[in-house]
Amino acid sequence: MRKLSHYLEILIKYFLCFWAIFSGLIFPFIVFFLLFYESRLAIKHFGIIKFITSQTWDPVTEKFGGLAMITGTIISTFIAILIAAPVSIGIAIFITELAPSWLKNVISSAIELLAAIPSIIYGMWGFFVLTNFMRNYIEPALQFFFVPLPFIGKFFSGVPTGIDVLTTSLVLSIMIIPFMSSIVKDSFNLVPLVMKESAYSLGATKWEVIKDIVIPYTVSGITGGLVLSTGRALGETMAVTFLAGNVTQVPTSLFSPFTTITVALANQFTEADTPLYLSSLFYLSLILFVLSFILLTFAKLLILRLQKKWK
Amino acid sequence: MEITVLKRKLISHLMLVISFFTAMYGLFWLFWILGTLFINGFRYLSLDLFLQDPTPPGIEGGGLRHAFIGHFFITFLATLIGVPIGICAGIYYAEYGKNLKIFMVFKNITDIMVSTPSIIMGAVFYALIVVPFKQFNAFSGILSLALLMVPVISITTYEMLSLVPDTLREAAYALGAYKWQIIKDVTLKSAKFGILTGVLLGVARITGETAPLLFTAFNNSYLSFDLFKPMASLTVTIFNYVMGPYDYWHKQAWAASLFLTLLVLILSLFAKMIFHKKG
Repeated sequence: MRKLSHYLEILIKYFLCFWAIFSGLIFPFIVFFLLFYESRLAIKHFGIIKFITSQTWDPVTEKFGGLAMITGTIISTFIAILIAAPVSIGIAIFITELAPSWLKNVISSAIELLAAIPSIIYGMWGFFVLTNFMRNYIEPALQFFFVPLPFIGKFFSGVPTGIDVLTTSLVLSIMIIPFMSSIVKDSFNLVPLVMKESAYSLGATKWEVIKDIVIPYTVSGITGGLVLSTGRALGETMAVTFLAGNVTQVPTSLFSPFTTITVALANQFTEADTPLYLSSLFYLSLILFVLSFILLTFAKLLILRLQKKWK
Repeated sequence: MEITVLKRKLISHLMLVISFFTAMYGLFWLFWILGTLFINGFRYLSLDLFLQDPTPPGIEGGGLRHAFIGHFFITFLATLIGVPIGICAGIYYAEYGKNLKIFMVFKNITDIMVSTPSIIMGAVFYALIVVPFKQFNAFSGILSLALLMVPVISITTYEMLSLVPDTLREAAYALGAYKWQIIKDVTLKSAKFGILTGVLLGVARITGETAPLLFTAFNNSYLSFDLFKPMASLTVTIFNYVMGPYDYWHKQAWAASLFLTLLVLILSLFAKMIFHKKG
């Protein structure tokens, strides 16, 4: 009996160990290696620099460059973060510092519900509802105000269709608000009460406490939240596929249709009929994977740093 | 002096009002999206949607029985594969790997894998399974969803097991228990609600996923239980119907979306309830 338990001990330990190594090392490695292996043809054909600086994406003559997709991904993510960051910080301030305790739970659960809505629902809703609204009301109004201005004006040029960079980024920003605000909220909660109380006792107002104590103390948590949401927004597929318009071009205005890495994958993966075409799509997914892995690692390190400081 | 105090108070109030409006801004989108979804979804919801197979394109009527069944089938099998792997990995990180630096690195990598783009999983299993079989198949879709949920579950398992106080473990050691007995009878038992929360959240996550299925399980207009043939799922069907030209397709897509969203929302609310009840 004793012997059996002993063998079980060893057996179970190594069994669990295998799955731990699998999910922490083997699987991520398989993902990376497989994407790399499948894109070898395109890497050999186009190289790295040429692929990410060329805008041509022509399946007929088999000339592929990822510039339009990569810039599309980066621009839409960037604008989404620009919209979502102040809102998320505001929500976190409201929940941690301002709301009475009964409202706290209601608001934070409601915001978290935004994260539970499947991304295809965002896409569908955006496609049927938001694009019309943007085309008819918001975008003409923006054009009215901004087109006459120098420099900024040209970002608002073009015919508003609703299927464009602005709508995509707006929907992306709504999707990442819950992630960002919950991380910012968690790091706000890590601020020692003593620090806030001593600022209050010196006569600081609530906003001054937030601005001079809470935010500087949690800056690495906030940045971590920002970067983590950036990683999320980069890989968002379904919502963007409905709203981007799938036109392979580098967007020049907020109202131009565009494409992203994920849109290209979702639309063209099943159509890729030649090895080089398929390989170029794998190349794009490799770029996406590496990009988001680096960003997420960076975010993780920042958040870990804040937690260490607190300990 | 008085003026600066007044100004500081005013600025403070102004900023707090702004933060109140940001919260309202978030809620505004939530209500708009859910409102539209409920109004349109309920309007087009019918019993036929669940009981009928689709009609040939262009002919009104029919339902999405094949997609509901296929979706359930895929999600269920993915859960069956993903949950044990995730829990095993989580247990090892929490019970054995805590003091080994290398396993903490693996744990952090797993944590990063939680947020990897889901479409990447689709691409990986396309290369791994679809290409060798020369056909889109449900099996590859199931595996891609299963591996999408492994990191989610192993991280929550790890975190829930870490909450179990060490004194409990030490008490069991003092009685002469083996480590696997402690895991089975002490730590897993006291963390079971937390782990269940993680499982529910993982299921909620993969239920709403579309991207990994697009080029693995693909789509099918007929009811199918064959693992090595394309299989319909609710999300991919919604995607195709929304992009399609027919008005009745759009209506069915709204109704199916309502069902899907309710399912995911209920799963995540349920998860939160269990977690709070235990906490």
